[in-house]
Amino acid sequence: MSALPARTIGAMEVRAPHPPVPTAPAQGPAGPSVLDAIRQGHAHTAAVHESLRSEQAVIEAREFSLWYGKRRALYAISMIVARGKVTALIGPSGCGKSTLLRSINRLNDLVEGVRIEGSIVLHGVPVYAPGVDVIGLRKRTGMVFQKPNPFPMSIRENVIYALRINGERRRAVLDEACENSLRAVALWDEVKDRLRHSALGMSGGQQQRLCIARAIVAEPEVLLLDEPCSALDPVATLRIEELIRELSQRYTILIVTHNMQQAARVSDYTAFMYLGRLVEYGSTADVYQNPRLRETEQYVTGRFG
Amino acid sequence: MPLVRKNPWKTLQSRVMFAACAACTVLIIGVLGLVTVYLFSIGFGATSWEFFAADPTGNALDPGGMRNAVVGTLILIGLASLIGIPLGLLAGVYLSEYGTERLLPGPVRFVTDVLAGVPSIVVGILGYELLVVPLGNYSGWAGAGALAFIMVPIVARTSEEMFRLVPDSYRQASAALGATRSQTILRVVAPAAAGTVVTGIMLAIARIAGETAPLLFTALGSRFLTTNPSEPFPSLTVQVYTYATGPYPAQRELAWAGILVLISIIFVVNVSIRLVTLRVRRSPA
Ligand SMILES: Nc1ncnc2c1ncn2[C@@H]1O[C@H](COP(=O)(O)OP(=O)(O)OP(=O)(O)O)[C@@H](O)[C@H]1O
Ligand SMILES: [Mg+2]
Repeated sequence: MSALPARTIGAMEVRAPHPPVPTAPAQGPAGPSVLDAIRQGHAHTAAVHESLRSEQAVIEAREFSLWYGKRRALYAISMIVARGKVTALIGPSGCGKSTLLRSINRLNDLVEGVRIEGSIVLHGVPVYAPGVDVIGLRKRTGMVFQKPNPFPMSIRENVIYALRINGERRRAVLDEACENSLRAVALWDEVKDRLRHSALGMSGGQQQRLCIARAIVAEPEVLLLDEPCSALDPVATLRIEELIRELSQRYTILIVTHNMQQAARVSDYTAFMYLGRLVEYGSTADVYQNPRLRETEQYVTGRFG
Repeated sequence: MPLVRKNPWKTLQSRVMFAACAACTVLIIGVLGLVTVYLFSIGFGATSWEFFAADPTGNALDPGGMRNAVVGTLILIGLASLIGIPLGLLAGVYLSEYGTERLLPGPVRFVTDVLAGVPSIVVGILGYELLVVPLGNYSGWAGAGALAFIMVPIVARTSEEMFRLVPDSYRQASAALGATRSQTILRVVAPAAAGTVVTGIMLAIARIAGETAPLLFTALGSRFLTTNPSEPFPSLTVQVYTYATGPYPAQRELAWAGILVLISIIFVVNVSIRLVTLRVRRSPA
């Protein structure tokens, strides 16, 4: 596939769930399904599509595994996240999507008893190497959570929080950054007259856009979005989706979602996870319309059993 | 069929419950009112300009005022707060924010619980042994130290609880933005908890303002106005205790005034702290 169509197909044309007719019958073990095998604890080699070969990796996980205490949440995940693209992580609840996301900015460090194996490289920096600057690492990534979580401060202070903790004090700089960030999330006109009001008085959708503005104010390289729309109504969801597409021109975005249509609408690449394993990974168009595995097709079309 | 059918038994139950709650409320407010009225009716008459303007004369029939004790109590509360509140807050932050991953919190929490339960007379004796004896004499410092000792566990435990109530999602968001743990605590968690932490601080202040036993063994008391904490130090509680247990009616009457003033001080301190924190929280930092 050429470089250009990926974007257009990913963003515009795909309208899942179109019951796709797989051209090639799903490969893999003919009898028992791949998911059954995974459930029984067999190793699974992810079906990674060729299209990813041509991409430049911003994030690369190599045989990355993670345990919460004795419980294993991720199994030797190897995947790249393509520069300047939107990558969606999909999969049933509890399959480790959030865990993988939180492994990239080492937010899992806050959880007691977490142990990892393998590595994740962000922009050439091995994230889990001893002596790595975790704070600096987190500054290079922006994260947005499932539930909008603005701080109990004014709207302005929320947006410029990352600059404040970097020690920025010049008023002009702060004001400009605040306005730019709020404009980027299309919130400026709505709140420019009440920047000093509490952020907790905003609607859920506004709060989530504020959280995105807060995440991008210090110009991170990667945006990690963990189900950013799951607490929002359809209209607010649509606005965030538009926003994601717009931000994708400037940032590399990794988004977790349970909404198959959303993944189809906003992403260039889609990774399907199951019980801590990466099952299939390829361009969104391929994963939705031409998946290698029968199980992927069943999952994205909602016939998951 | 009506959607909600009245169940007579349930209705009765709820009425009885309501009546019981109302009765208890009235009882408590009534007792409180009675005490206040009684205190005012006796104490107010005994409170005069002279009470605040004059020091004790040493003459039992014309005892003068309690200026020295009012000043002494205020200074003791101030010094004890300066020592006790920061220590208590730091301990509370430690228990709540760093408590999960170190070995210490278990023992620290146990010790604060035990300390919070130590009878104040024991604190007095401890203060005598640990402060008065080494320092060589009864003093305001020793008194403030003993009072601070009472404050620390109260402030520590209440602030720990209040810090724990701050949603974890704030800490996560802050960490994800690249804040260090101390930045998260200072900029997000502490301001979010400030309003309720103040309640714990007020509790502690109210508690020490009324303490007598620890001061008997440490600050001792004094007939003279002083602002030097290295000397034996006057306080309202000790003064009231001395007068109230003595045989002279004029002094006993003054003791009532002392109690009224003490309660007023506690009230004013509480209200002003609350106002200040409200203002701090409202103003966008
Ligand atoms: N803090 C934690 N401590 C222990 N186990 C955890 C913790 N967080 C997640 N897990 C476990 O790790 C597994 C993966 O969880 P994770 O939250 O990553 O799933 P998810 O794919 O994001 O699910 P969802 O779609 O419901 O958000 C789950 O089995 C979960 O129970
Ligand atoms: Mg999740």
